[in-house]
Amino acid sequence: MKAILALEDGTVFEGTSFGAAGEQTGEVVFNTSMTGYQEILTDPSYKGQIVAMTYPLIGNYGICPDDFESQKPHLSGFVVREASRLISNWRANMALAEFLKKYKIIGIEGIDTRALTLHIRSAGALKGIISTRDLDPKSLVSKAQASPGLVGVDLVREVTCKKTYQWNSKGKFKVVLLDCGAKYNIMRDLAARACHVLVVPAGTSARKIMAMKPDGVMLSNGPGDPAAVGYVIETVRQLIGRVPIFGICLGHQILGLALGGKTFKLKFGHRGANQPVMDLRTRKVEITSQNHGFCVDLNSLSGQEIELTHLNLNDRTSEGLRHKQHPAFSVQYHPEASAGPHDSKYLFDEFIRSIKHAKKK
Amino acid sequence: MPKRTDIKKILIISSGPIVIGSACEFDYSGSQACKALREEGYETVLINSNPATIMTDPGMADHTYIEPLEPEFIEKVIAKEKPDALLPTLGGQTGLNMGFFLSRAGILKKYGVEVIGADAKAIERAEDRDKFKQTMASIGIAVPESGIATTVEEGLALGDKIGFPIILRPAFTMGGAGGSCAYNIDELKTGLELALDVSPLKQVLVEQSVLGWKEVEFEVIRDCKDNVIIVTSMENIDPMGVHTGDSIVVAPAQTLTKEEFVHLENLCKKIIRAVGINGGGTNIQFAVNPDDGRVVIIEINPRVSRSSALASKATGFPIARVAAKLAVGLSLDEIVNQVTGKTYTFFEPTVDYAVFKVCRFTFEKFPEANPVLSTSMKAVGEAMSIGRNYKESLQKGIRSLEYRRFGLGADGRDVPPELSADAELVKQKLVYPNADRIFWLRYAIKNGMSDQEIYEHSKIDPWFVHQMREIAEMEEKVAAYKLADIPDKLLLEAKGLGFSDIQIAHLTGSNEVAVYEHRKEKGITPVYKLVDTCGGEIDPMKPYFYSSYDNAKDECRATGKKKIMVLGGGPNRIGQGIEFDYCCCHASFAIKEEGYEAIMVNSNPETVSTDFDTSDRLYFEPLTREDVLHIVQKEKPEGVIVQFGGQTPLNLAHQLAEAGVPILGTSVDSIDRAEDRKRFKTLLKKLKLAQPANGTSVSFAEAKKVARKIGYPVVVRPSYVLGGRAMVIVYDEGDLEEYMQKAVIASPDRPILIDKFLDDAIEVDVDCVSDGKKTVVMGIMEHIEEAGIHSGDSACVIPTFSLAKTMLEEIRKASYALAKDLKVKGLMNIQYAVKDGKLYVLEVNPRASRTVPYVSKATGIPWAKIATKAMMGKSLKEQGIDKEVIPEHFSVKEAVFPFNRFPGVDPVLGPEMKSTGEVMGIDHDLGVAYMKAQIAAGQKLPLSGKIFISVNDKDKRKIVDIAKRFDALGYQIVSTSGTAGVLRKNGLEIEEVAKLGEGRPDVLDLIKNGEVKLLINTPGDKKTKVDETKIRSGAIMHMIPIVTTLSGARATALGIEAVKKKGYSVRALQDYHK
Repeated sequence: MKAILALEDGTVFEGTSFGAAGEQTGEVVFNTSMTGYQEILTDPSYKGQIVAMTYPLIGNYGICPDDFESQKPHLSGFVVREASRLISNWRANMALAEFLKKYKIIGIEGIDTRALTLHIRSAGALKGIISTRDLDPKSLVSKAQASPGLVGVDLVREVTCKKTYQWNSKGKFKVVLLDCGAKYNIMRDLAARACHVLVVPAGTSARKIMAMKPDGVMLSNGPGDPAAVGYVIETVRQLIGRVPIFGICLGHQILGLALGGKTFKLKFGHRGANQPVMDLRTRKVEITSQNHGFCVDLNSLSGQEIELTHLNLNDRTSEGLRHKQHPAFSVQYHPEASAGPHDSKYLFDEFIRSIKHAKKK
Repeated sequence: MPKRTDIKKILIISSGPIVIGSACEFDYSGSQACKALREEGYETVLINSNPATIMTDPGMADHTYIEPLEPEFIEKVIAKEKPDALLPTLGGQTGLNMGFFLSRAGILKKYGVEVIGADAKAIERAEDRDKFKQTMASIGIAVPESGIATTVEEGLALGDKIGFPIILRPAFTMGGAGGSCAYNIDELKTGLELALDVSPLKQVLVEQSVLGWKEVEFEVIRDCKDNVIIVTSMENIDPMGVHTGDSIVVAPAQTLTKEEFVHLENLCKKIIRAVGINGGGTNIQFAVNPDDGRVVIIEINPRVSRSSALASKATGFPIARVAAKLAVGLSLDEIVNQVTGKTYTFFEPTVDYAVFKVCRFTFEKFPEANPVLSTSMKAVGEAMSIGRNYKESLQKGIRSLEYRRFGLGADGRDVPPELSADAELVKQKLVYPNADRIFWLRYAIKNGMSDQEIYEHSKIDPWFVHQMREIAEMEEKVAAYKLADIPDKLLLEAKGLGFSDIQIAHLTGSNEVAVYEHRKEKGITPVYKLVDTCGGEIDPMKPYFYSSYDNAKDECRATGKKKIMVLGGGPNRIGQGIEFDYCCCHASFAIKEEGYEAIMVNSNPETVSTDFDTSDRLYFEPLTREDVLHIVQKEKPEGVIVQFGGQTPLNLAHQLAEAGVPILGTSVDSIDRAEDRKRFKTLLKKLKLAQPANGTSVSFAEAKKVARKIGYPVVVRPSYVLGGRAMVIVYDEGDLEEYMQKAVIASPDRPILIDKFLDDAIEVDVDCVSDGKKTVVMGIMEHIEEAGIHSGDSACVIPTFSLAKTMLEEIRKASYALAKDLKVKGLMNIQYAVKDGKLYVLEVNPRASRTVPYVSKATGIPWAKIATKAMMGKSLKEQGIDKEVIPEHFSVKEAVFPFNRFPGVDPVLGPEMKSTGEVMGIDHDLGVAYMKAQIAAGQKLPLSGKIFISVNDKDKRKIVDIAKRFDALGYQIVSTSGTAGVLRKNGLEIEEVAKLGEGRPDVLDLIKNGEVKLLINTPGDKKTKVDETKIRSGAIMHMIPIVTTLSGARATALGIEAVKKKGYSVRALQDYHK
């Protein structure tokens, strides 16, 4: 079945549908990871986005039930050069196409994803539409133009958990995870460090969180524009100084905003598993896994009690910050690192240390 | 961390001659290292015995020693140059072994030299099988169950414990040399003997076989700040059991899940830290059980390697360059990624294409060898292909190999249906890995075998099999049409899956040119995409290119500037190797010097020519008509150079010229005049030059007539071949008949050439350069071995040592006349024979020859560059080249052979070339230079002890004089009855030993026990060949030097004499050519 990907600027790619039939709009972005498509598919941070993989052969090892990052895929569409017809892996129980169909995600293959990537690289992330129903390019382009996009839209609301639940039943440290669209690996990493993880909806108030008597609060990753979730920013503002806080990705942006900073939208974002980030305190560099389109503005925090801790070596944007007085720190990248190399796990240990330190007091 | 300032002068030990398992990838990495260290301001000293390398060009290092890679010579270099540090990790296994031995022998300590890159401890932890096992165990990484044996008995006991099949891996050898797989106790015993023999430590790992597991490799780098990156993963299509150098390899790995990937990457990081590499890279090989994901580590190579070269070319990340900089204390975040030009090397490359490495074998040259692939590497070359999908990349890879296969079958060259439909045969071909297995896999698919069945027979992952099935399916879709009515969309799709015009022509009943023209008309032509290290995320400064039919965007960066295109040589093979790459690189350098852009097209990942910064633009593409024409159409070069890349581009010259491509230099017609026997005869007649009596024939009857007329012995060969392919000396009619039957297969549509064989003639090679008006002789090379041995296989000397002045004048005159009449513009090589004072022309090749780099090193003049400029219109006079340079020192070139890879093959020389590489010995004394060349070539000539002499009847008289010399030098001579009788009669004291089958101990016993230190054995007739082969092959396997010609024996005696008198000294090339 034919499928079309159309961008708001009039660019049109024609390919073949390999997932669900239908039509979806979203911001079109690319990811340069060569493996880990399953983790990308199930990462809630991609809510509202159509993701193109730059690596051309996707689906080779199928879908493995253990490798989910959330309950289901959240993205609006999945774009690949070639979806593997055959899967070869002893753990796999489903082919990629089958998976997309099951979760009603539209997939398109057979398009020149490199050309698409170069287009986004020069034009920036664009609003787009992917459709198997409407095959009229003109009509699709106008639909893409009319779509809401990401800026100012609260997507967290759509991916956060409906009510509080326990990830695991016990642990030495009680950590409340403010779920803005958390990847399971964050919970897994906390649990592996003796944390008892309570996952709460993004709308949970600071008062309610403090009532749970947490040893630490984890701000998760999540989709969309951080500036659109004022209610979470307010919650975090009230938590700073009262409990150790660790933020990842959207959580980092929210912490930045709560500390009085500003965020801005990157041209086409960082999505991939090979971004070099320097820890400015140790001068060590980590190869990091990333997925973000927004970024904390360094200058907006100058003069505050904030230390810039991490820097992206490719484009010199901020990748981490720390409050000088209070136990609150965050990174823009993904130390829980699925899909990505396990270079940055030490940050979880730092979080545990700050919890221990706070407990002693 | 800033670079170290406490070291100023660095010694780099390189890898020596091209042999199986150690090829021009080390020229590539060594050249990068030299450049990188110079960039940082270090003074560099290089030692390498291989003159055909770019790295031994005088401009690459400050002090270049073309000397044998033996501790004795390296110590002399160290004593002379007093370097502060030694970098042993850029010269392959040879460099690493030398570094390790020098360190262990205390030589480095004696001269205060520090090892950088990987210290002796780290090398030991990686290379010593026992220490490696311990190190892996200490970090909880599984190794296959195994034990170390130092004797056959220990090995057998281990075998008993582990169970068959068993893999044997000798310590400290490269390319798996001496390794094998044993399925029973007999194979284990012979395998152990061989392995213990070749291991310099006399140590062999006896290992549980993980045959059939997935083989996955990683290239890992660590800097002194403990930063670790993974450059790329690679997966072998041929699973465990086939040496990785013989496997088809894809990058990145295709069938691992993210979790498995991350797991292996984490193991890599642990391993590089545990081994202790802190300022360099390593290759790590794992086996993964496809049924449950279980992982064991196979081995690591703490140095640059064939795999690291492949990884570099596949990703655009220059591992050797980075490793050299890390070795002097820089860290990854301080080294610029030159491909992007904007980022640093602290990142992990991401690709958006599929890369294939396919291997070139040479079993046709060694018909006695068993053509099954195993754990000891047999491939002599490789090609790399890049495509936007697996299928395209695979098909491009196959046609890059230049086996005259143009994709995965369906190219009109498949085996006849009675073979491909033979279910049992197909199964056998899947079960036993062989060079053509991939084609048999296609037959299996066509015969209806399922992915799963094919997997069960071959253990090739079903994912790979299915990809090939998709190719076969497309083949059927295309075959449903005639060219004229094939839908554009389908044709585009087929091209996108890598189908060549020849395949499409075959499937649609058309021809290659018609398909090409049809596509052009329909606009179905490729675009070019980039290797940019980053999957398109960053706009790169210095990317390279590959073609694709994903045509939404063309990233071709062709400019309007003046430019010249150079066609490279494709994969290495015997007869066409690094020498031609050397010439192509120089062509590129010269083009740039002249203010033109240099465009390189090549498919060989091992080479300097495919380094990202050798040319202005590099196209990583197969060298076939369509692939080259596509690039020509985009780039529109002012000229294309076809005469530097060996036979590959030369074979294309006709088709390109016909398609209107401007060929630079000597015309295609002139090349043809020299190649075509009839036209060549006319040419020589016209110039009044003699050639051995000759004729051509297409049938046995005709050949018989010609041979009778000329008189036996005769030399027979097919036309248009390189490296004397299928060329033999024939002594009688019976041999001739046998040959004619075989040769017709070797070259179906070309006649057989028959020449009178000139017995005992002196062979002379001449290289010259011409600008179309003036011709200058670059060098006259006198061969050590008599005519009849392929020029690529014989030792030769510059300047000549026995030819009379008048003869040299005659040779020069003849060369000038030939150059003039052929209107040579560029390089020309002529082979002459001198017999009884008369000069014969054997062959003229108006193109770069294998000897160009050797002549350049011997004379200190970059001839390939000069020739390029001459081709571009700059006269020799303008270039200041006006006369022949006759050096005062002697440079001896010696060939290096792969016989140790082919047990049981007779290592005797003949008109068909068999050597893989060459070395050079240089000295003011001819004898010493000859000895250096011998030692560099691996002939460990003894200065005392027992030598075995046995020669054929023809040589018996002449051996006397040589034997007397050896006797006078203090050697004890051992012979079998015939030779012993003759020598005794001439007053020599001879120890007699039994011939094979005539009592024990026999010659083989003496060889195996290491009692004789040198063998002189000239081949007899067919009757004696079987026994002789055992003796000669036995000597090779036991690394006892062997001389198979009288002239070689004489030169050896003279050489030993000279060395005993004068000893060895070393001198830098820069000092010879001051």
